[in-house]
Amino acid sequence: MDYAIEAEGLRKRFGDTQALDGVDLAARRGTVLGVLGPNGAGKTTAVRILATLIQADAGSARINGIDVAREPAKVRETIGLTGQYASVDELLTGEQNLTMIGQLLNLSGKRAKARAHELLEWFDLTDAAKRPAKTYSGGMRRRLDLAASLVGRPSVIFLDEPTTGLDPSKREDMWGVVRSLVHDGSTVLLTTQYLEEADALADEITVINHGSVIAHDTPSGLKRVVGGQRLTVRPVDPDRLDETATIIGDLAGTRAEHTGRGVVSVPVAGDEVLGDAIYRLNEANIAVTELSLHLPSLDEVFFTLTGRTENPQEVLA
Amino acid sequence: MSALALPRHSLVLAKRNLIGVTRNPEALLDVTFQPVIFLALFTYIFGGALAGGSQQDYLQFLLPGVLAQMVAFASVSIGVNLNTDIEKGVFDRFRSLPISRAAPLVGAVFADIVRYVLMCAVTIGFGYAIGFRAETSPLEVLAAAGIVIAFALCLSWASVFIGTIARTPGAVQGIVLLTMFPLTFGTSTFVPTSTMPDWLQTFTDVNPLTHLIGVLRALMLGDPMGNHLLWTLVSMAVLLVVFVPLALRSYGRRA
Ligand SMILES: Nc1ncnc2c1ncn2[C@@H]1O[C@H](COP(=O)(O)OP(=O)(O)OP(=O)(O)O)[C@@H](O)[C@H]1O
Ligand SMILES: [Mg+2]
Repeated sequence: MDYAIEAEGLRKRFGDTQALDGVDLAARRGTVLGVLGPNGAGKTTAVRILATLIQADAGSARINGIDVAREPAKVRETIGLTGQYASVDELLTGEQNLTMIGQLLNLSGKRAKARAHELLEWFDLTDAAKRPAKTYSGGMRRRLDLAASLVGRPSVIFLDEPTTGLDPSKREDMWGVVRSLVHDGSTVLLTTQYLEEADALADEITVINHGSVIAHDTPSGLKRVVGGQRLTVRPVDPDRLDETATIIGDLAGTRAEHTGRGVVSVPVAGDEVLGDAIYRLNEANIAVTELSLHLPSLDEVFFTLTGRTENPQEVLA
Repeated sequence: MSALALPRHSLVLAKRNLIGVTRNPEALLDVTFQPVIFLALFTYIFGGALAGGSQQDYLQFLLPGVLAQMVAFASVSIGVNLNTDIEKGVFDRFRSLPISRAAPLVGAVFADIVRYVLMCAVTIGFGYAIGFRAETSPLEVLAAAGIVIAFALCLSWASVFIGTIARTPGAVQGIVLLTMFPLTFGTSTFVPTSTMPDWLQTFTDVNPLTHLIGVLRALMLGDPMGNHLLWTLVSMAVLLVVFVPLALRSYGRRA
């Protein structure tokens, strides 16, 4: 099989923290691998090892068949990295940032500038091209950072939580960028805390927690395990929670769960139930402040996969 | 091609540092305002009491020493800036590119050349304005400036090394300044070392700045050169041989 990213048994320890405790990752060429995990799971550590910024204590990894520990210089020729925290140079303008990267990749001054303009255009930064990055908003910085990682047209791209801090429309734009990169043949490893994002973009998803892989599957396979969409209702009057639970439980044909303070939810097969739910709640005179259809949150995924919740105070309170 | 890659990439990165300087001109205070203050303060406050009461004579003696002292103080900033860049993650980008790991460090040192040229021009220019007169040829004064800049670049690597190992920019500043204080005062900048106690003279004799100042006084005032030039070149070589590998190693290892 033709893998662009392969890693086996990655381990990394920082002082007392075992950040990675034997992680395997694999992405076929031209696909998106989603790495899903909560804060502190080890996502960034894994990305930094694969992108040759740090060395693993144990285990091995190859990018396009090249070992990251043995030939890091060769690996760097084929990768692009957008770290979790924007690493743009604040004193340089957007244009200068990108031109500099181009020149470091051995483009002539003229070609580096042309490539910079191309990317600024693509990421909707042309108007801000001549302003120091210091004056950019968080979202603009993230886009400039992503642009910087694409200057050399890398075949393997690491995106560490690329949409954290972006507003919904910019997030959609970012998804579009990822899709077009893959369309052009690149392989993308993307970390995220949202199942929804992994579901929207990834061909395969690896779920990690406390430095270990707890699931690896396709999005549909994972959803089969953790349940597809859920219907969540929050009645205005908390005393009518049990009644609400009975109503939506009947609709879905299973028992509804209390998944938070004043909230009940139930796995559902499709979106037809939404109309029925509104009708039945209305009939029973139950006013609601929230009624939504959504993929399981990371908390719910972990609850299903590990049988315990990541954030007990929040969910059980 | 690949042999030229390091200098070429370093120049690209030096340009980045220089653009940073133009956006932040106050970063140049240590090579502009500082030498002016030191020259003026010491000439007018101490000049009357020292050097037999002639401020003019004292300024002649002082200026080469201030050049050397400013080199030592100005070396703080490269370490502080590097540390800041590493902390902020700007260097993560460079580390993921197929360029030599040395390039960002060499680039920063290259960019410092501009600062030191400026420092020499300001110090000598202001010195002239308040009455300093070289007693040698302009060519020798230029040679003095050249030695100052070359020595400064070698000393930068010590600061670069501290910049790669210290945990915060503030720590870099503290460590480098603490080292530079005894070096810049335990020498002949302000008074001849012959007026100091024996034990201190032992230190001043091995202090590289003493020899640098000796070279500068020879080139600017026509004092005897003695073996000052030799010792200055030796200390420059030692700085490079010790601190370049140390800095590269600790930068490469930093997670
Ligand atoms: N340089 C470091 N020194 C000490 N501990 C570290 C270091 N880097 C990571 N860790 C620890 O390793 C664990 C994994 O961190 P990592 O940054 O990989 O998590 P993450 O999945 O990226 O989390 P987040 O979603 O918050 O970004 C955490 O407990 C973190 O505190
Ligand atoms: Mg992270």
